Amino acid sequence: MNKNMKILIVDDFSTMRRIIKNLLRDLGFTNTEEADDGSTALPMLQSGNFDFLVTDWNMPQMTGIDLLRAVRADDRLKHLPVLMVTAEAKRDQIIEAAQAGVNGYVVKPFTAHALQDKIEKIFERVNG
Amino acid sequence: MTHDEIIQDRLQQAVVERAESLQASLAEGDWATASLLLEQINDIRNQPLHDEVAKLTRELHSAILDLQIEGSNPHAQEMSQINDANERLHYVMKMTEKAANDTMDLVEASAPLVNYISYEAQSLTADWQRFTRREMPLEEFKDLARRIEAFLLRSLHDSDQMSGHLNDILLAQSFQDLTGQVIKRVTELIGYVDQSLTRMGGMAKTVDQVAGIEHDHETLQKGSQMQYDTSKGEGPQIRADKAEDVVSDQVDVDDLLSSLGL
Repeated sequence: MNKNMKILIVDDFSTMRRIIKNLLRDLGFTNTEEADDGSTALPMLQSGNFDFLVTDWNMPQMTGIDLLRAVRADDRLKHLPVLMVTAEAKRDQIIEAAQAGVNGYVVKPFTAHALQDKIEKIFERVNG
Repeated sequence: MTHDEIIQDRLQQAVVERAESLQASLAEGDWATASLLLEQINDIRNQPLHDEVAKLTRELHSAILDLQIEGSNPHAQEMSQINDANERLHYVMKMTEKAANDTMDLVEASAPLVNYISYEAQSLTADWQRFTRREMPLEEFKDLARRIEAFLLRSLHDSDQMSGHLNDILLAQSFQDLTGQVIKRVTELIGYVDQSLTRMGGMAKTVDQVAGIEHDHETLQKGSQMQYDTSKGEGPQIRADKAEDVVSDQVDVDDLLSSLGL
């Protein structure tokens, strides 16, 4: 796994962005940027050469699921690995995310281990 | 006799009392008196409805006063408990956010201290083992001794700082007491508002009964603004262990995803 890959963290709560950023740094990923909503994240993704997207679901303007759909609908972004880190825990929602093309799904509250595990699985699959 | 029977009785009595005069005035062609008598009978028939409406209006008024949201009151804005609850919840948000950030500041400030101790201890251990195996020239040992002294001094200083950080992290959790108290009061208010609204709902039902109005509940439900769309997100599930359609933990999520081939 390329520890230098560029990661975008999207969450409307700055504390959660900070937690994820710290956990990622602990895992050796230091090349991270942040966005506070799907609507601000999408233009960053379109112009920023990101290798990985970590997004929340519930955000005020554009939700994470809509961001995921927009990413999959964009020819240049459609292969971007996406990990959802969210409090949304309904079975229907997880199925909805899977159908929209999510690569991993972590429910909050989560552990550092769960985050690491999902990231490793995603990149095993992407690279394998 | 029930309330309804009393009303019925009173109405009958009124009709009987006026029947004779009504007949007489009709026979005489005195339309003015006849219509006056009919109006009186009508009023007596409507009296219970008026009484009921007046009673309901009074109750509605008192329910609104209880909620302290009456628009005509110039101090409504300041008095409104709902408004107050809003401010209280904002306070909770501010406090929890501050506590989270303070804690993370302290964790971030502590990490380099721990990293230094770990890194330098590893390096010194390797050199110390070389020394115990007598593989170290004297000149190098002098350097090692200096490094060990520096390490000990810095460890002393850093561990002081670390224990200060740990104490501050502990103190940052005191938000829980304050926000807990605030949330408890807001919860009480919600219970109170719920009661008042239930009372108002009961009144609305009585109005409907008295006035003989029927509502199409399906249309009312459709007009309600509280429509849930799971795509918009619902936030944390409070009763994940009890709800059937909700995953209870990450293992559950993983099982579901692998059943979908992910």
